[in-house]
Amino acid sequence: MGSSDFASLPHIGESVLRKEDVRFLTGAGQYTDDVQLANMTYTVFVRSPHAHAKIKSINKKAASAAPGVLAVFDGQDVANDKVGGLPCGWLITSTDGQPMKEPPHPILAQGKVRYVGDHVVMVIAETMEQARNAAELVEVDYEVLPAVVSVLDAKKSGAPALHDAAPDNHCYKWALGDKAATDAAFSAAAHVTKIDITNNRLIPNAMEPRAAIGAYNRASDEYTLYVANQNPHVERLLMTAFVMGLPEHKVRVIAPDVGGGFGSKIYLYAEDVCVTWAAKKINRPIKWTADRNEAFLSDAHGRDHVTHAELAMDKDGKFLAFRVHTDANLGAYLSTFSTAIPTILYATLLAGQYTTPQIYVEVDAWFTTTAPVDAYRGAGRPEATYLLERIVSRAGWELGLSQDEIRKRNFITQFPYQTPVALQYDTGDYHQCLDKAQQLAEVSGFAARKAESEKKGLRRGIGYSSYIEACGLAPSNIAGALGARAGLFECGEVRVHPTGSVTVFTGSHSHGQGHETTFAQVVAARLGIPVENVDIVHGDTGRVPFGMGTYGSRSISVGGAAIMRALDKIEAKAKKIAAHLMEAGDSDIEFANGEFTVKGTDKKIPFAQIALTAYVPHNYPLDKLEPGLNETAFYDPTNFTFPAGTYICEVEVNPESGEVRVDRFTAVDDFGTIINPMIVEGQVHGGLAQGIGQALMENCVYDPESGQLLSGSYMDYAMPRADDVPTFRIGHVCTPCTTNPLGTKGCGEAGAIGSPPAVINAVLDALAPLGVKELDMPATSHRVWQAIQAAKA
Amino acid sequence: MKTQLTVNGKAVTIEAPENTLLVQAIREHLRLTGTHVGCDTAQCGACTVIMDGNSVKSCNILLAQAEGKNVTTIEGLAQADGTLHPMQAAFKECHGLQCGFCTPGMVMSAVDLCKKHPNASEEEIRELLEGNICRCTGYHNIVRAIQQGAATMKA
Repeated sequence: MGSSDFASLPHIGESVLRKEDVRFLTGAGQYTDDVQLANMTYTVFVRSPHAHAKIKSINKKAASAAPGVLAVFDGQDVANDKVGGLPCGWLITSTDGQPMKEPPHPILAQGKVRYVGDHVVMVIAETMEQARNAAELVEVDYEVLPAVVSVLDAKKSGAPALHDAAPDNHCYKWALGDKAATDAAFSAAAHVTKIDITNNRLIPNAMEPRAAIGAYNRASDEYTLYVANQNPHVERLLMTAFVMGLPEHKVRVIAPDVGGGFGSKIYLYAEDVCVTWAAKKINRPIKWTADRNEAFLSDAHGRDHVTHAELAMDKDGKFLAFRVHTDANLGAYLSTFSTAIPTILYATLLAGQYTTPQIYVEVDAWFTTTAPVDAYRGAGRPEATYLLERIVSRAGWELGLSQDEIRKRNFITQFPYQTPVALQYDTGDYHQCLDKAQQLAEVSGFAARKAESEKKGLRRGIGYSSYIEACGLAPSNIAGALGARAGLFECGEVRVHPTGSVTVFTGSHSHGQGHETTFAQVVAARLGIPVENVDIVHGDTGRVPFGMGTYGSRSISVGGAAIMRALDKIEAKAKKIAAHLMEAGDSDIEFANGEFTVKGTDKKIPFAQIALTAYVPHNYPLDKLEPGLNETAFYDPTNFTFPAGTYICEVEVNPESGEVRVDRFTAVDDFGTIINPMIVEGQVHGGLAQGIGQALMENCVYDPESGQLLSGSYMDYAMPRADDVPTFRIGHVCTPCTTNPLGTKGCGEAGAIGSPPAVINAVLDALAPLGVKELDMPATSHRVWQAIQAAKA
Repeated sequence: MKTQLTVNGKAVTIEAPENTLLVQAIREHLRLTGTHVGCDTAQCGACTVIMDGNSVKSCNILLAQAEGKNVTTIEGLAQADGTLHPMQAAFKECHGLQCGFCTPGMVMSAVDLCKKHPNASEEEIRELLEGNICRCTGYHNIVRAIQQGAATMKA
């Protein structure tokens, strides 16, 4: 089925209310910490209080003797059992042909700790309180070493070295694009715009803290891991094949209801392995639930880039070349997908929506004594968008062109479009997105609103951002050529029951995205049955055949496409059954609106009757067709998808206090086919709040001397609250994706990708009359006030 | 230590150490796991319940302080036959929830908010929601849900 046929089916484009809501609204959700197994024990991790230290000794005696304590394990116990370290899923090769430096990442520290929060000792007790109390009795003697928290310090010669395998803290140098051609274009440029920017480090803060329960069954030699995770099959694959050396059929990973992820629950974490490994050792289930403090310290963080970039233009503002150097902070260890974020998911997006013919990007990645950094909502693409959309607006201002004009002069209009940084965009309509955003934002009334603000003593500014993202990760062969150590397909199984209701098993995982509804709409539309007759099962390796999980806005475009493929098989088989029942040729059978008909006749059979016949095959072509109606498909995409859009932000800035208020925010996105507009818009709203949070409030701060996390609680890390964000104006443009059967592009990350530069451009626009040209995120009132004072000086 | 209180209309007696928090009693002793713990500094509001007509963060009071009190958790909000409270219904109809983790606390806060401020403006609703953090929705649809829930509760 083609995407245009699909989009016209019933239920597609309908805001069906969510099937999952009643359980969440009545307290019937089942998150990992809600799971209670018989004979459960509890564990607490003793974490490093130092950013960098040698472990001279660990004394476990007092803790082991404390009330209720069952076991106390440290790195030596892990080494004795030959449990491996956490693997990195993406190999980046440096420009000199050498593989990236890949130092060990033990599940309990071996000899050294490398960030505040590094896991050192695991204490298991009958109750959580006993485990907590005993953890305080563990004595670790440290020899404190100097910390290094920023990339600019980590790269200095003589900087404290974290790993023997990387004595200069350098993990890799990676490059993309044609350097010589880019340099040549610069020498012919009429104008060059330069920028130095920092993309601030963020802490993801899914509202459900990470949690894991390990269980072991001696009789069957089977492990079960309940874990707050976005991709349970990948978790199992990494844990069994790379860390514990277990056969996969003996390990079941269940990710039940998961309270948000935003990337931070993609990864295999040390705690997940520890509870699984130790469950066998003590032969009892072990529960670990992070408190928020631990989440701040030990969840993988996001962003943290320092970049210098230059944009070459002709005299009319037409982009000729873009040259970028980025230093990326990887933290203390390589998290699961960390190395791909500042490279594959960043540099490839630097063409944006523009026809820039030459682009050259160099990335140096560094180890620091901070928590590992990995994908966080957008993952590389927000960093690319922030850089590009900041420099594009700045270029416009330098040339005297408005923010829309500089963009329009450079938009790609012909598709497919091959960028100079590896990607080929299939479709898009960037002019339409921008025009629609300007209408929805009522840009024509901006001057009047600005005058009103000025009457109140406030400065009003408007900021644009025209983003693109590569989603629907990913064609496995391309990803493999770029260093991925796993496939990136998806799996779906469609099980039609004898009465015609359907259960779908998907490798995608929902942790807020509403797959149980959207995916059910897809199946209901295809089979012509009510949405209520379709249930979606996800998040359990014991029930779902296989899966690569949810990240990179891939679920509908890859997971949904796998379900579509399985439905193709269901439909093909059902047609054969229908042909038999109606005594017609297979090719004469048509299927629409839940009914099989014979071309040119009034013969028809409803879908449910075919289902029943498949399971009660009394009158059935058993000689050439198996009974049953249950099909599985694996789908590997042929290209990324390319959601794109234009965001327009209007802010009011108080020049006395530096306070910034987002007055209106307009987002027009092209997500291709939209299945459930209500859910899609909800995804955009959430992404916008995270992006506005990054732009104005959120900042992960480590003390540069001690390496202590200073923003380690909700008292210190500013999360956006209801009164920090406006009501959003949302619009859509639709150019269906041409490379998947649904025409969908993915919507999960757009809001967080497109919004930060729109906000900062708006603040800079507001402050331009005061001479402010430089501003880094987050634009807190203190920082804005400082920028105003600096411009005065 | 024994504490007697009413939870969701049912008299209960809980035997627990003196330092037990109300949220621990609700989750671990009564196994009402709809009330969630999202932080350790009384900031996120995921643990909000209604005690004697006021929304309270159950992570921030001791079980002992609930002696003799009447506590409603998210499990006690709908009618016995499953009919949703108007605020629950409004959250569903307005897509005011995504991952569902902050939702129970958000709904309990919203119920209290609308009882005390039945005519709150959008701006006031946003201000009054200061004590509850949601990471998924951007608050847009939560605010719409509370406006709709308030209207239904008044009617």
